[in-house]
Amino acid sequence: MSNTLTPAANQGGKLLLEVEHLTMRFGGLTALNDLSLAVPAGKITSIIGPNGAGKTTFFNCLTGFYKPTTGNVRMHHPQYGPLLLNQMPSYHVARKAGVVRTFQNIRLFPNMTVLENLIVAQHNALQRASRFSIAGLFGQAGYKSAREAALAKALMWLTRLKLLDIADTAAGNLSYGTQRRIEIARALCVDPLLLCLDEPAAGLNPRESAELNELLLYLSREHNKGVLLIEHDMNVVMRVSDHICVLNFGNKIAEGNPAQIQNDPDVIKAYLGEDETDQEAA
Amino acid sequence: MTAFIPDHSGPGMTARLKDATGVAVVSLFLGIPMIALHTVDVGGVLAVATRWPWLIAFAVTMFTGRLVLQFALDHLKINKARRERARPAVRATRPWLKWTGYAVLGFSIVLPIMCSGNRYVVDTATTVMIYVMLGWGLNVVVGLAGLLDLGYVAFYAVGAYTYGLLSTHFGWGFWETLPVAGALAAGFGILLGWPTLRLRGDYLAIVTLGFGEIVRLILVNWTDFSGGPNGIGSIPRPTFFGLPFAPAGDGPTFASFFGIEYAPEHRVIFLYYVILVLALLTNLFIARLRKLPVGIAWEAVREDEVACKALGMNVTNIKLSAFAIGAMLGGFAGVFFAARQGFISPESFVFSESATILAIVVLGGMGSQLGVVVAAILLVLLPELGRDFSEYRMLMFGAAMILIMVWRPGGLIASRAPTVRLHKEAQP
Repeated sequence: MSNTLTPAANQGGKLLLEVEHLTMRFGGLTALNDLSLAVPAGKITSIIGPNGAGKTTFFNCLTGFYKPTTGNVRMHHPQYGPLLLNQMPSYHVARKAGVVRTFQNIRLFPNMTVLENLIVAQHNALQRASRFSIAGLFGQAGYKSAREAALAKALMWLTRLKLLDIADTAAGNLSYGTQRRIEIARALCVDPLLLCLDEPAAGLNPRESAELNELLLYLSREHNKGVLLIEHDMNVVMRVSDHICVLNFGNKIAEGNPAQIQNDPDVIKAYLGEDETDQEAA
Repeated sequence: MTAFIPDHSGPGMTARLKDATGVAVVSLFLGIPMIALHTVDVGGVLAVATRWPWLIAFAVTMFTGRLVLQFALDHLKINKARRERARPAVRATRPWLKWTGYAVLGFSIVLPIMCSGNRYVVDTATTVMIYVMLGWGLNVVVGLAGLLDLGYVAFYAVGAYTYGLLSTHFGWGFWETLPVAGALAAGFGILLGWPTLRLRGDYLAIVTLGFGEIVRLILVNWTDFSGGPNGIGSIPRPTFFGLPFAPAGDGPTFASFFGIEYAPEHRVIFLYYVILVLALLTNLFIARLRKLPVGIAWEAVREDEVACKALGMNVTNIKLSAFAIGAMLGGFAGVFFAARQGFISPESFVFSESATILAIVVLGGMGSQLGVVVAAILLVLLPELGRDFSEYRMLMFGAAMILIMVWRPGGLIASRAPTVRLHKEAQP
């Protein structure tokens, strides 16, 4: 793979994230092999591939949970300029670079209410406004207004994601589909530039996944957020993606728009196998 | 008899009546030999007499009793199902909890006035208060931040020895030492927190246990510094803003200043109020912190650390702040302990103290402020009340704790009040 930008980057959206020759090895296992990818703002980029292809590993490298063996992940931040995510402390990836992820197995704060989950996401802004609790302890005006702003932001996303009725319910008590929505709402409360969603449609019913499609399009088109999506549900991937990257055994085997990917022989081979012998070999 | 097994499926009235009638019929038959017929002594000879009205009354009692029992059971079942449907966190703030809190507060204020003649009661209440304060401090670390700390007593020791040493060597007073000891204990909290940041659960518990022992062993062995096993004696007692509690002597004393007769109880009562004020300040401080970003963050770290990182939260700082604030409160309690006892030695800071404080937090319900108070009262009073049972005292204490945990596995007060509510906040 060369270091040139992929077509999606030139389709209008401003380049947001650049992955250059990313390799991740665990002992003898190469989970990601020389992966390069560009993710623009205001577009939906999907990563697909069979199980074990390295998709979640890619997310973990991106969001600071793993340090890649070689290669760079560069975020073009409108305010701070280019930032190397692989050299940041992991919490800076969300805090400074604005790359926020969700998890394949939902990770909410189950005993806290939905609203609290969304307030926690705004911790950094609130903590700064509370002057590390000192102003907050004495109820200073600056903190109060920051708190109101945080509540307003939480309310906005609660309303947009139809979570308003259950705002005071413990998050762990809600249905799977709702928890997925809460996790996305929580990520949105961090004000991400790039939203990384790890299988957001897993476990959703057809109606919920249609709503998810609509939400993803709304976020990328109206809020100009970059969306990076790992998904198995082709109803979601093929309908919303502007650009698709296919991984297999840590290698990028294809890249392009949905129509191109659907007709790509390598992709069909990776998913279905070529013939009997090939399937057995895999 | 199978027909009379209580029918749980349908609480229909007819079924209930049938069931109760069945019970009445059975009791009628059983009652004939047992109630209706009885022997009387008629001039030295036994004769059989009958008591039919008694039998009828018995059958009627069984009938109504059965009906009432069934309805009561149904009621309980419905209530239980309702309770289970409502998860603790969604339950509205229960007013009785708040009123219990105020009642306990009111009682704790008037207690020494009511029992001013009884030094034992006030002394025990002071001990309860120390444990309440320690429980609240540890609650920050264990209950809110979810970091299992088995060496909490180390911070208590740091506070106590800070006052012991500063007052005996440099003549520092109680109030000046308080902030210094708090800061020092907080420093130790960070010292403990730093290497344990990557640890969780059992592993963290072991390291904190080790830390508690290290502090105790240093105090035992570094004789030049801490007096070793002999401890530090004749620690000055706190004064009433400069007025000592002493029999009339050279300078003005508390008694002479206020023109009252000297009584040793004055100091006991004063100490009680000092710890009461300290504990109340602690409570206010924590209640406030809990609603601030840092408090919410503690709970978030307890719930899911990885999610916190993904949201851009500096988990390191959040955990360290929990350790530091918990330790600081432990340090305050330690200063008070040293001032009250007048003598401290490593004996007072053994592991079983840590275990007791942890038991208070767990028994009270993780994160619950009022729960800590109730648990502290129980844990201090149970052994005291059990003194009559001499050697069986601790056995009873253990049994009581097991029973409580079986009865309420989540602690005495297991519900968690949300820090922010939409429906209250939405209206300005």
